[in-house]
Amino acid sequence: MSDINSNIPEGELTSKWTKYKSSVPLVNPSNKRTIEVIIVGSGLAGASAAATLAEMGYKVKCFCFQDSPRRAHSIAAQGGINAAKNYQNDGDSVYRLFYDTIKGGDYRAREANVHRLAEVSANIIDQCVAQGVPLAREYGGLLDNRSFGGTQVQRTFYAAGQTGQQLLLGAYSALERQIGMGKVEMYTRHEMLEVVKIDGKARGIIARNLITGEIERHFGHAVVLGTGGYGNVFYLSTNAMGSNVTAAWKAHKQGAYFANPCYTQIHPTCIPVSGDHQSKLTLMSESLRNDGRIWVPKKKDDNRKASEIPEDERDYYLERRYPAFGNLVPRDVASRAAKERCDAGYGVGASKLAVYLDFKANTERYGKIEAAKAGNHNPDKETCMRLGTAVIKEKYGNLFDMYAQITGENPYETPMRIYPAVHYTMGGLWVDYNLMTSVPGLYCTGEANFSDHGANRLGASALMQGLADGYFVLPYTIGAYLSKEISVKAIPTDHPAFVEAEERAVGILNTLINIKGTKSVDHFHKRLGHIMWEKCGMARNAKGLNEAIEEIRALRAEFWSDVRVPGTADELNTELEKAGRVADFIELGELMCIDALNRNESCGGHFREEYQTEEGEALRDDENYAYVAAWEFKEGVNFELHKEELKFENIKVAQRSYK
Amino acid sequence: MSTGNMNLTLKVWRQKNNNAKGALVDYKLADISPDMSFLEMFDVLNEQLINKGEEPVVFDHDCREGICGMCSMFINGRPHGPKDLVTTCQLHMRSFKDGDTIVVEPWRAAAFPVVKDLTVDRSAFDRVIAAGGFISVNTGNAQDANNLPIPKMQADAAFEAAACIGCGACVATCKNASAMLFVSAKISQLALLPQGQPERYRRVQSMVAQMDAEGFGNCTNTGACEAECPKGISLENIARMNRDFASAKFISEETV
Repeated sequence: MSDINSNIPEGELTSKWTKYKSSVPLVNPSNKRTIEVIIVGSGLAGASAAATLAEMGYKVKCFCFQDSPRRAHSIAAQGGINAAKNYQNDGDSVYRLFYDTIKGGDYRAREANVHRLAEVSANIIDQCVAQGVPLAREYGGLLDNRSFGGTQVQRTFYAAGQTGQQLLLGAYSALERQIGMGKVEMYTRHEMLEVVKIDGKARGIIARNLITGEIERHFGHAVVLGTGGYGNVFYLSTNAMGSNVTAAWKAHKQGAYFANPCYTQIHPTCIPVSGDHQSKLTLMSESLRNDGRIWVPKKKDDNRKASEIPEDERDYYLERRYPAFGNLVPRDVASRAAKERCDAGYGVGASKLAVYLDFKANTERYGKIEAAKAGNHNPDKETCMRLGTAVIKEKYGNLFDMYAQITGENPYETPMRIYPAVHYTMGGLWVDYNLMTSVPGLYCTGEANFSDHGANRLGASALMQGLADGYFVLPYTIGAYLSKEISVKAIPTDHPAFVEAEERAVGILNTLINIKGTKSVDHFHKRLGHIMWEKCGMARNAKGLNEAIEEIRALRAEFWSDVRVPGTADELNTELEKAGRVADFIELGELMCIDALNRNESCGGHFREEYQTEEGEALRDDENYAYVAAWEFKEGVNFELHKEELKFENIKVAQRSYK
Repeated sequence: MSTGNMNLTLKVWRQKNNNAKGALVDYKLADISPDMSFLEMFDVLNEQLINKGEEPVVFDHDCREGICGMCSMFINGRPHGPKDLVTTCQLHMRSFKDGDTIVVEPWRAAAFPVVKDLTVDRSAFDRVIAAGGFISVNTGNAQDANNLPIPKMQADAAFEAAACIGCGACVATCKNASAMLFVSAKISQLALLPQGQPERYRRVQSMVAQMDAEGFGNCTNTGACEAECPKGISLENIARMNRDFASAKFISEETV
C-alpha cells in the first residue's frame, strides 16, 4: 500500500539503531570542514543539532527570527522530559517507554522511530546534566522524577515548572560556545522565506534580515528545518506569538510532503479565554495533574462558588470514567472529557467553558506528611494546609504565580479554572528514518516533523524528541547523505536557482505590501482561527470540514485582495512578517481540513464525531487508516495524497484503554 | 467575559530606526478591559493605528507567558512596569486605573541600541555567553547522570540563578547600565555545580572581559537590578562573581 519509502533499516527492532549507527557512512574530518549545513530554528531541535554538528567539524549556519537563539519557544515548555532511566525502580525500560509512546499516539506512529527515541532518551539526561542543566534533585543528591499522563511509571525529569527553559539554555550554551569558537555563524532576526533546490536537492535558503529587510542567499550542502509546530493556525494557542509554519510550508511547496496535518494536540489544562482581546492562551503544566483533581459540579448550571459545593456534590469525572489512570489519562482523552462535561452544561466560571483543577486534597495530604516528619502525628486541618501549601509552592510556585497574575485569582485558596487549548501539532513535514524529507538534502527535526508521536503526544515527550533528534539522531543520519556530497564544492549564490527563489520570495513581499486593503493581518488570522477551532478543533465531522474548506478558500481570496500591510519591505516591519505567516497558515488550514476529512476514523487528537464507541471514545479503523497521510503540494493550492503504511510487528494493536 | 471600561493616555517612544531621532507620541485609548495584558492593550492600539493608515508601534514580544525574555518595555520609569516579579507580558491592566497616563519607553543603555520604537538590540548578552557561559562538553561525552550526586541545596541554588530570562531589565534600570546581575547569574549557576568547576575561573575572567568590551557599566551596589528583576535573581550572585573574579587572579594559571 505504501508509495513512499521510509528507509527503515532491516533487522530486529531493538538492534536497528545500533546496527545503523555502526554501519552508516562517515565523513572524514578534513571533508567536514568544507561541508556547510544550514539549520533553521534555534529551539531544542535546532540549537542541539547546530551545536553538535559544529562540534563534529561541519561548517554551520543557524537562523532564528527572534533576537536571540535563547528565545525559541522550547523555552516555554514547563513540565518535564521523559527518559527510560528507571531511576525510581518502578519497572521502567526502553521497551515500556516505546510501548507507552506508541499506545499514547493511538497506534499511528512508526515503530522504528519511536524505539530509537526511547533508546536515546537516557543519553539526553546525561548530556544535559553534564552541561550544567540544574534538574530537580532529591536530598540524596540524585535526580528526582515525577509522573505524567498516559504512563504508570515515574520517568519525567524536571526543573520546577521551567524544564524547557533549562534544557533550552543548556542547548543555547552549547550553541553559543560554538559561535564563540567561530564554528557556527548565527543569524538572529532572520526569517527563512524559501528553500533553494538545485538538481532536485536542497542547496540553500533565502532569508530576510528582519531589521533591514535585506534579502539574503545562503548556500548549504544540506538544510535542516527545526522550526517548530503550527498550532498558531488556530490564532489562539499556547504557542508563542511568532511561532509559525512558514519555513515548513515553503519547503512543502518545494516538494516536501506534509504528513498528518490534522493531528493537533488540544491540551486539557490551560487558562480559559477571558475575552475578545485575548492574544494567546497559557498552559498550566500537565505536571499539575499529579497533585490536582479535576472536577465539575454534579448539578447542571451550578452557580455556587467552588468552596460552597460539598464533596458529595462534586463529579471527579476523570476518576469516575478512568479509574486506572484517573487524572493522569493522556491529553486527548482528558480534553474531550472536559469538553463533554462543559457541552452537557456542567461547566464552571463566567463563560461556563471551564472545569476545576483542585489541589486541596493533596495539599492536605502533603501537610500531614510534613507534620509527621516534624513529629506531629495528629495535626489540625489548618496546620496541614499551611505546611502542605509550602510543599505545593516549592513544586509549582511559578505556575501558581502565573495563574494568579493572569486571572487575578489566588489558586492556593480557590481551585484553578482550566479548559483545553491548542498546544502542539503532531503532524509536520514527512521524514524518513533518517529525518530527511521527500526533498533530498532537506531534513526536518523536532515538532516540525511528524515522526514520533502518532496521533497524540504524551506529556514530557516533546522535549525528549527535540533533543533526541538534534543531539543524537540527525548528527548520525545526516552523515549518510553528506558522505556522498564531499566532492560538491560550495555553489555560488548567483546560481539561477538562487535568483529564481529570491524572486519568488520578493514577489510575495511586494504583493503583500501593494494590496493596500482595508483589514489588518490579525483580522484575517482571527477569522481563520475561528473557523479552525469550530470545525477542525477538538471534534470534527464531515459536514463541518466541508464547510470549513469552502470558508477558508473564500478567506484566502479575501486576504489576497483586502489585507492592509503598512510600511515598506526594506525596514523592520512586523506587520509584513505576520502577513507572510498568515498567508501560509491559510493554505495550511485548508490542508488540515482536507486531511481530517480524508481520515474517516477517530484516533488520538483527531476526533471525528461519526466514529466513536458507545462510551464516546475514539474509534479507529485500522483496516483502512493504519497509514501516514503524506500530502504533496500541487500547483494552485491542491494536494495529492501519498500513503505510508504503518506496520506493527512488535506491539499488538488494540483499542486504547485507560480504564 | 469582561467588558472594558478603562480610558488611558499613552505616551509612547517612537523612533523610525537607530539613526533617527525619537520622541514620545501621545495616544488615547478607550474601553480597555482590566483583564487585558499590557501587550494586549498595545495590540488594541496597533489595530487602531493600522485602521487609521498609520504604522503600528514595534515592540519585542513572543511567548507572552513570562519566560522567553523578549518583551522589554520601560513603563512609567520602571522596566516591566509597576508590579514586582512580572514581565511586561504578564502585567495586566488591572494594575492601572481608569484615566491613567502611562509613559512607555525602550530599554535605554549604550550597549542596547534602539532598533525601532520600543525594540532594542540585546545581542551583547549573547556575546557575553559565547565568551564563557557554558561547560565545555561535546555531545556524547557524558557519564550517567546519577554518577554525580549534587546536594539538593546546591542544585536548587544553581537553579535559582539559572532562572534568569536574559530580558535586560537589570541593565535598563541600572543608573550605570551595568549587566552584572545577568552575567553573575550565569557565572553563579555554573560555579555552584561540580560540573562547572574545571572552567570556573577562566569563565569568570572571559565573561567579565566581554561584558566590559560591550560597554556595560560597573556595579555601585544600588540594588535596583535585584528589585526590578522579573525572576527575582539575587544580588548575592554579583558578590559571588566578584569573589570569583578576585580569586581568579590568584588561582588561574591561564591567561584569558
